[in-house]
Amino acid sequence: MKLTGAQIVCESLLREGVDVVFGLPGGAILPLYGVMHQYPQLRHILVRHEQAAVMAADGYARTTGRVGVCMATSGPGATNLVTGIAGAQMDSIPIVAITGQVPRPAIGRDAFQETDVTGITLPVTKHNYLVMEASEIPAAIKEAFYIANTGRPGPVLVDIPKDVLQNETAEFFYPEGVDLPGYKPTLEGHPAQIQKAAKLIAQAERPVILAGHGIILSRAYDEIRELAEKSQIPVITTLLGISSFPTDHFLNVGMPGMHGMAYASMAINEADLLIALGMRFDDRVTGRISAFAPDAKIIHVDVDPSEISKNVRATVPIVGDIKRVLRALLPQVQPSLHPESVQRIEHLRIEHPSHRIRETDKLIPQSILKSLCEITDGRAIIVTGVGQHQMWAAQHYAFKESNHLITSGGLGAMGFEVPAALGAKVAHPDKPVWSICGDGGFQMTLCDLATAVENNIGVKFAIMNNNFLGMVRQWQDFFYDKLYTATSYTGNPDFVKLAEAYGIPAIRVTDKAQVEASIQWAEQEPGPVLVDFMVEPEENVYPMIPAGESLAEMIEEPYMDYSPLAQAEGRA
Amino acid sequence: MVTMTPRHTIVALVEDRPGVLNRVSSLFRRRGFYISSLAVGKSEQPHLSRMTFVVEGDEDTVEQVTKQLNKLIEVIRVSELNEEDIVVRELALIKVHASATTRSEIMQLVAIFRANIVDVGPQSLIIEATGEEDKINALYNLLRPFGVRELMRTGRIAMSRGTLEGRGERGAVQTNGASGGDRS
Repeated sequence: MKLTGAQIVCESLLREGVDVVFGLPGGAILPLYGVMHQYPQLRHILVRHEQAAVMAADGYARTTGRVGVCMATSGPGATNLVTGIAGAQMDSIPIVAITGQVPRPAIGRDAFQETDVTGITLPVTKHNYLVMEASEIPAAIKEAFYIANTGRPGPVLVDIPKDVLQNETAEFFYPEGVDLPGYKPTLEGHPAQIQKAAKLIAQAERPVILAGHGIILSRAYDEIRELAEKSQIPVITTLLGISSFPTDHFLNVGMPGMHGMAYASMAINEADLLIALGMRFDDRVTGRISAFAPDAKIIHVDVDPSEISKNVRATVPIVGDIKRVLRALLPQVQPSLHPESVQRIEHLRIEHPSHRIRETDKLIPQSILKSLCEITDGRAIIVTGVGQHQMWAAQHYAFKESNHLITSGGLGAMGFEVPAALGAKVAHPDKPVWSICGDGGFQMTLCDLATAVENNIGVKFAIMNNNFLGMVRQWQDFFYDKLYTATSYTGNPDFVKLAEAYGIPAIRVTDKAQVEASIQWAEQEPGPVLVDFMVEPEENVYPMIPAGESLAEMIEEPYMDYSPLAQAEGRA
Repeated sequence: MVTMTPRHTIVALVEDRPGVLNRVSSLFRRRGFYISSLAVGKSEQPHLSRMTFVVEGDEDTVEQVTKQLNKLIEVIRVSELNEEDIVVRELALIKVHASATTRSEIMQLVAIFRANIVDVGPQSLIIEATGEEDKINALYNLLRPFGVRELMRTGRIAMSRGTLEGRGERGAVQTNGASGGDRS
């Protein structure tokens, strides 16, 4: 039996095991929505803005490891996906975006709601397709899913003209495999390189592991832990590497870089070997490259060959899937101890206790996040936006579970926190999902509170409300003579009333004493809730290594108590 | 044009599909790689084209160029050719002003360079020249005093010599990112 292009899309999605799709219809993709009722297994979640569709698909993909799927119509629908697609590309997230296009005869004629979506998304997708025949849809979708979630994952866009969806029919035949001669990811590390790596590890006196997002993407949690414990190597986790290794593990040193723990950055600079696993030496990690880890040899493992020696030259490069490379490496690693190195980092930690929160009666985001961590036992899925609240969440939420920090790392897209949390909660209805919002980012995507209500997606929204674009204000504070130009949000709405207008229970917290009760209240509410934390408006994130600078220019918290008594408390 | 930046010849075998050239050129633009020439045409295999790039930059740049090209799904294979062991050609069309008095002098130059005159007009000639870039440059420089009205060059195409057969078109350097993925 012949099926229409639209039916073929749905059949293909079912063959890929898709159970949920985030989208918003419009003219060019309407034929697809027209047949959706025939496929009740495909749950469609209607969003209020296409950016939410792609970011929800992102949150779904990050928390499941499966491909997230979103849909939008041509023109503005598709262009609204672009920010989310770019973020997925930067953070290596498997997404398939399906967009409607104007009918074939109208393409190239500036038709209503026509944009060159494959052209626009070309630099921000792993690959994309414009499918011009219904019979070509199955292969395109098969390849899209395969490319999205193999090798280094990434977003793939499939653009389909309206007449291909609606008027064309073809026999449905779903291919078993793909024929992509130009796409053969290297998964197994080269044995000689792995041998060299084992030798470097055996020789090192001050090795550290730099654990990146690749650990999470290849689910190599057990392997990294075994490597760290077998050789007693401290583990430093990048922003996206957080929760790849238990935060409370005695070998976990924390996040390095611009707002990382001072001692983590120091440990890197004193190291004689960096074992970089699935991380890409981002400028937020390295600061000024010429001053980064001056004494260290580097073992760099990544599934993407182009990441190796892109920013920092590797001594021993290994191309491959982290889990497979570590499995091959582990038997060759000799058990060892690095007591001096571990003690040295402990000493740095006492001298530069960036993980500590200053004592104050004021309502500061750091202590809110610490309370949240305690009340949720470090087991909530934490979804953040971008800025100060993101850094504080990275610094003060001690993750006990793997892959529980969902954040826009590479692109740094404000507004991510709302839709990505919806996607995470749809994927994990039984787990607590907290969306840690800035008042700036929240207003970029808050329209999708309606999506939460409509589908009863029980995300807990916590706004760190300082009535500022906080991180930008901090830069103005440090580097632009405290001129708070265009960062003060004097016209913020009453977020509690706003939430209530959507039918979401909400409370405002103005006092430190209310924090715990408010979090407990939110936890007990079954559906979506919102807590508006009116935090100290001019609180800064410390430490900070200014952009393009080295560790020597690090700014530490000025009012931190460095007295001998405080030092004696050590890990307080 | 003579430049101090080292030049590298990269050959890519790509799928012959709409948009491939766009993907490749977009990659060069957004990563800030400088291409001094790019030539594309069909290969010996159906549905596959071969592109020759001349890239300016240091070794690290060329390494990134080849790795990034390899990431494109429609790029099948990328090789950096060893400059010592390649045959290099470029085709140029040069329209030069030619009066009755200068025509014979120009024709002599054309003969010396083993180029061809492919069009004769009352006031101009079109010359077709093939060879390595240096030869084209030399001919062009000699023709300039006569008044070059138009110059069109195809950019370099290159092939590794038959003495390297068995090593395939990869020439001396493997760049597909497998087996350790690095030349260090």
